[in-house]
Amino acid sequence: MKQPFPFSAIVGQTDMKLAMTLTAIDPSIGGVLVFGDRGTGKSTAVRALAALLPPITAVKGCPVNSATPADCPDWAHVTGKTLHDVPTPVIDLPLGASEDRVTGALDIEKALTSGEKAFQPGLLAAANRGYLYIDEVNLLEDHIVDLLLDVAQSGENVIEREGLSIRHAARFVLVGSGNPEEGELRPQLLDRFGLSVDVASPTDIDERVEVIKRRDAYENNHAAFMLRWQAEDAALRDQILGARETLKKLKTPDSSLRDVAMLCLKLGSDGLRGELTLLKAARAYAALRNDTALTRAHVGDTAGLVLRHRLRRDPLDDAGSGTRVTRIVAEVLDA
Amino acid sequence: MTPWAQAEMALALMRCYPVGLGGIVLRGRVGPARDAFLRLVAKTDTKQAKLHPNMTNDALDGSLDLTQTLSTGHIAMHAGLLTKTDHLFTLAMAERTPPYLAARLAMALDAGEMRGFIALDEGADETEGLSPVIADRLAFRVDLNGIAMGDITGTPLPASGPAIATPDGLAEQLTLLALRLGINSLRAPIFALRAAKAHAALHGRSTVTDDDVGAAVALVYAHRATQIPTDDDPQPPTPDTPPDQSGPSTQDTQIPDDMLLDAVMSALPAGLLNQLQSGAGKNGAGAGSGKLILGNRRGRPLSPRDRTARKSDRIDLLGTLRAAVPWQTLRKQQTSTTRPVIRPADLRARRYQNLSDRVLIFAVDASGSAALARLNEAKGAIEILLSEAYSRRDHVALISFRGTEAETLLPPTRSLVQTKRRLAALPGGGGTPLAAGLQAAMILAQATQKRGQTPTIVVLTDGRSNVALDGTGNRAQAAADATDMGQQIRKTGIDSIVIDTGARPDQSLSQLATAMAGHYIALPRANAERLSDSVSSHLMA
Repeated sequence: MKQPFPFSAIVGQTDMKLAMTLTAIDPSIGGVLVFGDRGTGKSTAVRALAALLPPITAVKGCPVNSATPADCPDWAHVTGKTLHDVPTPVIDLPLGASEDRVTGALDIEKALTSGEKAFQPGLLAAANRGYLYIDEVNLLEDHIVDLLLDVAQSGENVIEREGLSIRHAARFVLVGSGNPEEGELRPQLLDRFGLSVDVASPTDIDERVEVIKRRDAYENNHAAFMLRWQAEDAALRDQILGARETLKKLKTPDSSLRDVAMLCLKLGSDGLRGELTLLKAARAYAALRNDTALTRAHVGDTAGLVLRHRLRRDPLDDAGSGTRVTRIVAEVLDA
Repeated sequence: MTPWAQAEMALALMRCYPVGLGGIVLRGRVGPARDAFLRLVAKTDTKQAKLHPNMTNDALDGSLDLTQTLSTGHIAMHAGLLTKTDHLFTLAMAERTPPYLAARLAMALDAGEMRGFIALDEGADETEGLSPVIADRLAFRVDLNGIAMGDITGTPLPASGPAIATPDGLAEQLTLLALRLGINSLRAPIFALRAAKAHAALHGRSTVTDDDVGAAVALVYAHRATQIPTDDDPQPPTPDTPPDQSGPSTQDTQIPDDMLLDAVMSALPAGLLNQLQSGAGKNGAGAGSGKLILGNRRGRPLSPRDRTARKSDRIDLLGTLRAAVPWQTLRKQQTSTTRPVIRPADLRARRYQNLSDRVLIFAVDASGSAALARLNEAKGAIEILLSEAYSRRDHVALISFRGTEAETLLPPTRSLVQTKRRLAALPGGGGTPLAAGLQAAMILAQATQKRGQTPTIVVLTDGRSNVALDGTGNRAQAAADATDMGQQIRKTGIDSIVIDTGARPDQSLSQLATAMAGHYIALPRANAERLSDSVSSHLMA
């Protein structure tokens, strides 16, 4: 199979690309929700993400990609202690997936053939320390949503089956995409996404032409195209790695904390989660820009991504939450 | 190009470049034309596999073959259909594809694992059809209805040719044209570009000519167009677009824009404008009667769901046994019994899905102005609609608004006689509290929604709203209140129809319909019969 379309070769869609880059710098920001029309490059961006992310160091043979041999779960019986670099996992969760497939279940093969009780890890195990991607997330069945909510909250997957009691770490960045015309997302699930992005087809003709041309080059001039853009991807990957280091030393002045709190208060976003996420996202953004201290501008630039989906719906406001956030950000930060 | 020639060409192009072009939507009922086309498909040398909308995930992605495994003692798997990567897939009854299957197939199409995909869409009218999730990923759409028997030929076109470079300026041209036709998805120009090149290859050419582009545009753009471009409006209609910089460069290339437009125009299906109007609504998932609801009591059985969630769930015996079988070897080691061991985790619950009942909520303007003009006609129209609703077993509710407030004359009922009696006794006179009428309709609609029914609001008014929500006679406030209420109705996602019963169509009412995301029908000189016809055509599937 061909290598996926390179991340940096995606034309426009700066918000979506920024949101994904921020989660790569600091995974604790939480997931990204991408909502938009068909044919705007949602799936392309997520599938390209895997190639962009820096590799992680994991214990060889560990089903949950543990970082140290001590972290490996008992049931996996990992004997080797060697570490190796693996690509950051980006796992696709298909809509029709069964509960067993998602959480993992007893290994049916071993049970049948040797009468042995063994655990077969599911998608959540594979996605540990990586990304879990759900296309058409708004159409996901309710019982799978319930399951994800629980795991995304606790960072741990617990399976009680056949007298087997198993738990393993399941910390992942949730990436969802969907088309709002086909259904709304449950507010509880909406909450679990740290950042949200609305995408639309570019309205600029040159931009649209560029999309077509790059796609054409990707198909017909594959080797040259990949060579050109993989270099860009590598540069972005270095930038992410650099930003992770910068983030550790980044100063957060009290005035920025006040800004964040003021913004959330003015917008009336529910709970403290918004404030915390905004702070993290703004810090990651500052680190990406290679700045040494958090400033008002960083908060302002990331507020839209973080707060847009956390506002109470106002049924009489036709313009949508995006404009409301922009207006209040301008009011609070320019004062 | 005749429709049949188009169908043939689409098939040949798809076979040239199956990964890039996705596939074909074949729209039309069973008939000689469809048979002929499928015979043509069968004659191609690609291996073929059939898909069905009710296929489970196991069938698509493979699963454990229980019988085989139990009898042989080692593991045996059913190969999933989608794992057959070098096949041409045919999806029968594509209009019935459920969302999860559509998403799974879209994933497979994105991965480029198929050697072509043909969706047989048998949708009966414009509101029923293949899920757009899939349709957007297939380059072509062939409408079988226009095919004449005489045009049908039996030999498939060959599918091979040299590789071709993309000519300069073609991408710009195709993008501009897509915009002028109101095609928003960027997949369309990509498909058109590939189709043009495949068309050239098919004819043994090494460069793309006018012919190739014309054919590609007709095949890919015609069915996606959402507006007909006019000659006096050469600028793309998007308001945010800056002045077109690339204009001169597109004129340099050898293919004139007008020719491309002609190609699309000649291939545009008849009745496109009607379709555009009806397609402008919201999520097109609903069709026919009410919405789909899942339950565990009645309806069409679905595949059993893992475990029982509630006490009210009914247990699916077969599903439960099937779930328990693989574990028997294991469990019998732990207990001494010889009987099958069933554990709570094996329990499977039954699920059903059925169509919910539809409720038509009539909000009738009985104000003085309406009474003078058309109240009698409106009453007549409702009576005809009632008899249709009766034959469809719909529920009906009646709300009137006049003076300062709205009144629910009749809660949802199936009783035709009662409704007629109330309607006949409805007096006219007083102001027009349109907002209050809409509010009452919305509250009633939400109540019926909670009962699991699917409401549709039908508003009949002449639009001269002059009483505000608080009962005061302020014309400006009344209009603002009505618009607010309309927007609230849209937020609830309830279907609505606004019928203008004024002597002349009122601009403000069509704006209200837009605010409600509903349909607007203005028939100034209509008689009752025509009024009801137009409502039915919006409701019927």
